[in-house]
Amino acid sequence: MADVTVGVVVFPGSNCDHDTEHAVASFSGVRPVMLWHNDHDLQGVKAIILPGGFSYGDYLRAGSIARFSPIMQEVIEFARKGFPVLGICNGFQVLLESKLLDGALSRNRDKKFLCTQTTIKAENCSTIFTSLYSKSQVLRIPIAHGEGNYFAPPEVIESLEEHDQIVFRYTDVEGRVTEASNPNGSVKNIAGIINRQGNVLGLMPHPERASEQLLGSDDGRPLLESLFRHIAGV
Amino acid sequence: MPYTAKIKVTLRQSILDVQGKAVEHALKNLGYQTVGSARIGKYIEVTINEEDPLQAERIGNEICQKLLSNPVMENYSLELEKVN
Repeated sequence: MADVTVGVVVFPGSNCDHDTEHAVASFSGVRPVMLWHNDHDLQGVKAIILPGGFSYGDYLRAGSIARFSPIMQEVIEFARKGFPVLGICNGFQVLLESKLLDGALSRNRDKKFLCTQTTIKAENCSTIFTSLYSKSQVLRIPIAHGEGNYFAPPEVIESLEEHDQIVFRYTDVEGRVTEASNPNGSVKNIAGIINRQGNVLGLMPHPERASEQLLGSDDGRPLLESLFRHIAGV
Repeated sequence: MPYTAKIKVTLRQSILDVQGKAVEHALKNLGYQTVGSARIGKYIEVTINEEDPLQAERIGNEICQKLLSNPVMENYSLELEKVN
């Protein structure tokens, strides 16, 4: 793979930034670049990852204050130009608050913070983030969030379905979309969505926490690899 | 004369309010059988240093829509009070 750089944004309160950095650095030819929330310089990176955590303490609403940080003004511009942006967990919340993706995330249905293994299904494998998965492949990827209950008005859900923008859904181990396999109450078991242009993906599960066998699963690795191959032009 | 914007942000009725539900159950457990549903919201006070009430109202609405509430799942109400 040709040498490429990937930005990992660091907000005050991010706590998966170093896990993400580690996962990115584990790919040969890919170098992570940490981007501080107060900066405007994207340092020429080819893709950006917004990591998990509690940016700005999750004050007001998860992601709502991060959305107005200096670096996010550049990230929004970067995304609008068509460059890839991946939001994981709190990063997904920031993308929704930034309106780069549609909908919102509210408290988990059962009021609890959930830190657990989930199974999700890759439903759209023709995106730049999922090209290395096979259609309806079931993945073991953990979640860790208190506000992951995805909501959007019915007309938005309809439009997401129509344009194949629901990329991941929570399922049972057989890949069936069931109520019991929905950890947080998300509408239609939605775990991750992509924008219409196909360059901005947000998901609640943590692919970086499932990026090597030592962690119990490496099912998240192809997501990162799909993205890195895309930006390296492989 | 500045204004104090008194802002209430509440979850839309269609959104499940899990905190409200927990409080509602606790109240019923305390024996208040006539207590109905409970909904939890946020109360925010912001000082706006404007002389013109219309301008203060415009800014109040703008900050509610931009940052203080998320219109996808929340409603807000705004009340302006003159600071003496």
